[in-house]
Amino acid sequence: MATLQFREALRAAMTEEMERDENIFLIGEEVAEYDGAYKVSKGMLDQFGSDRVIDSPISELGFSGLGIGAAMNGLRPIVEFMTFNFSFVAFDQVVNNASNIRYMSGGQFDLPIVFRGPNGAAGQLAATHSNSTEALYSNFPGLKVVSPSIPDDGKGLLKTAIREDDPVVFLESELMYGMKDEVSEESDYTIPLGEARVAREGDDVTIVAHSKSYHVAMEAADQLEEQGYEAEVIDPRTIKPLDIETIVQSVVKTNRLVVVDESNPFASIASEVTHQVQDRAFDYLDAPILRVTAPDTPAPYAPNLLDEYMPSAEETVDACRRVLYAE
Amino acid sequence: MADTNDQAQADGSTQEAATTDQQPDSLSGNGTSDEPVEGPWTQQSIDIPDGPLEETLSFETYPADQVEHDELDIDDDEVTDLLRSMLLQRRFENRCRQMYQRQKISGFLHLYIGQEAVSTGSVNAIRLGEDSIITAYRDHGMGLAMGMSPEEGMAELFGKKTGCSKGKGGSMHFFDAEQKMMGGHGIVGAHIPLAAGIGFAEKYKGTDNVCLCFFGDGAMHQGAFREACNLAGIYDLPVVFICENNQYAMGTAVDRAFAKPDLFKHGYNFDFPCSLASGMDVFSVNKAVQDHVENYARQGQPSMLEVRTYRYQGHSITDPAEYRAEGELEERKSEDAIVRLERYMTDRGLATEEEIEAMDEEVKQEVTDAIDAADAADFPDEEALYDDVYAQEDFPFTA
Repeated sequence: MATLQFREALRAAMTEEMERDENIFLIGEEVAEYDGAYKVSKGMLDQFGSDRVIDSPISELGFSGLGIGAAMNGLRPIVEFMTFNFSFVAFDQVVNNASNIRYMSGGQFDLPIVFRGPNGAAGQLAATHSNSTEALYSNFPGLKVVSPSIPDDGKGLLKTAIREDDPVVFLESELMYGMKDEVSEESDYTIPLGEARVAREGDDVTIVAHSKSYHVAMEAADQLEEQGYEAEVIDPRTIKPLDIETIVQSVVKTNRLVVVDESNPFASIASEVTHQVQDRAFDYLDAPILRVTAPDTPAPYAPNLLDEYMPSAEETVDACRRVLYAE
Repeated sequence: MADTNDQAQADGSTQEAATTDQQPDSLSGNGTSDEPVEGPWTQQSIDIPDGPLEETLSFETYPADQVEHDELDIDDDEVTDLLRSMLLQRRFENRCRQMYQRQKISGFLHLYIGQEAVSTGSVNAIRLGEDSIITAYRDHGMGLAMGMSPEEGMAELFGKKTGCSKGKGGSMHFFDAEQKMMGGHGIVGAHIPLAAGIGFAEKYKGTDNVCLCFFGDGAMHQGAFREACNLAGIYDLPVVFICENNQYAMGTAVDRAFAKPDLFKHGYNFDFPCSLASGMDVFSVNKAVQDHVENYARQGQPSMLEVRTYRYQGHSITDPAEYRAEGELEERKSEDAIVRLERYMTDRGLATEEEIEAMDEEVKQEVTDAIDAADAADFPDEEALYDDVYAQEDFPFTA
């Protein structure tokens, strides 16, 4: 194991895969000469040269479509969005072309492409730069959606995503890029998509949370422990396909579920998990499922409003106490 | 063909002073290449020269009736093949209209009648199976021109599992990976960036294959067109952008929708060589596409070709095309590409009228057989709903 920042773990994944397969290339804004807007691709231009680490103009629609066309014609592109907020100007390419071409062609084309970059709020950036896109992208058949919360998963899942023959939306976080943790150094370290990670075991309440919300959930679990409650924290890691079995097994044990998801609440990942759990484990639930999400508002700029907007450990503890009828 | 870039630079000092004449020419787009500019930093001057700046532009044209088949390395038998392909496309489309009326075909149906010289002349100018073609939703003619069987095409329109896309795509989504027919795309303009990527992959792999990207006049309004052209330009991708200008975007006449209706000139904004060809003469199209493909081989530069053509039917099957001027359709039909080629062949003794008539009957029979085969084929099995959504065979679909 090595201690790596999240960005370094992602870079290791891309670098190892590009060393293994010369059909993989990286394209996006500022990925080469600038070393990556968030330094995820730092040094990759020097290692792989400008034919494989390619700066694009500010043209998300164009370079996303270029990636999809290249994938149809035998390459394995990694398309970096500087943030997924900017993927909206490429939305048609991702949700109409990448997701549908295999199906509409009767399976004649593989679409081995990864769209990756940071997702969700990242401080006081205001509404247009703080969108959580996982619910949107996971709504479209044909796409897979991955959202790791720790560096080791980041590496193992990104390597898998790059090897997939299906388009993968790989959601990172600006606020987690500097996070340091132990990361596997195995060269062939892959984590299958669609397998959740039980990060902490407990019998009293299940908390499901991905990406930054996972860290909120873990903090809440620590606070709950001090209050005498053992929370089981499950990180789905992959949003689509969702490992609902692992979540249901936990709920069968704890009989209580809280979902932490920094997306806006309507038609969110939290909504989906809630539906699927009540569908499969209704008789095991001892309390209504509660969600801790952003409010149904755009993300604000003012610091006090942003604090109010983001899901917190305190809100998560409160929700857990409510499903535990601890008040 | 004219190289507008050279022409502009030949104009001398203004061009040199206003911009760099050093163009990166590798896949990088960041200034590093085999013949690198000095670095990733800007080479552009902020010392503004005295004006006015002037540029001399030059655009090649390919009018109808100007070139003969032997000048194009097309032998006599191939001329017959061209006519046969064009007849097949027209008879196929005519029967599609009938099959729609009989409710064998549903959904959107955009017919190619009138434009057959564009597909046929273009396909004859490339190496099938190596060079690729991508087009928009009026795609039946292109599919047939590229060798798709009428059975596969008609079955797709009938929604049958024997269709070219297994009944999953329908009229707008003909695909044939083997022939490098890359679709068949229904969202206006959205496939143009894919062409850049298809060309990118060819260059990346070191082949000398090119991609012909067809789109309508209406698609040029989309940002996708501009973004794709710019990317192709900075990465020097092997793509020929071909605007199949059939005069109307649905019902909006081209000159009502463009601030600059000379569409071929839009490529100049990307320093592309640009030209204009008649789409009513298969040889004009063929010559133009040959030149554009050769231009890439010679200059390593994408280019733009506008082909002026005319669709005889409405935008789609339900459009009576009442926006046309009185007599407009008849006037355009007098330029018909099939009639022109038939006349060309009989004038030169390449075929008799009887032989052409016999070929037309054969083609009609071929289409009738395709209809019978499509009719007899099965719809996809119900399980096929879940097939080919993902490469992963055991994907756990949400219930």
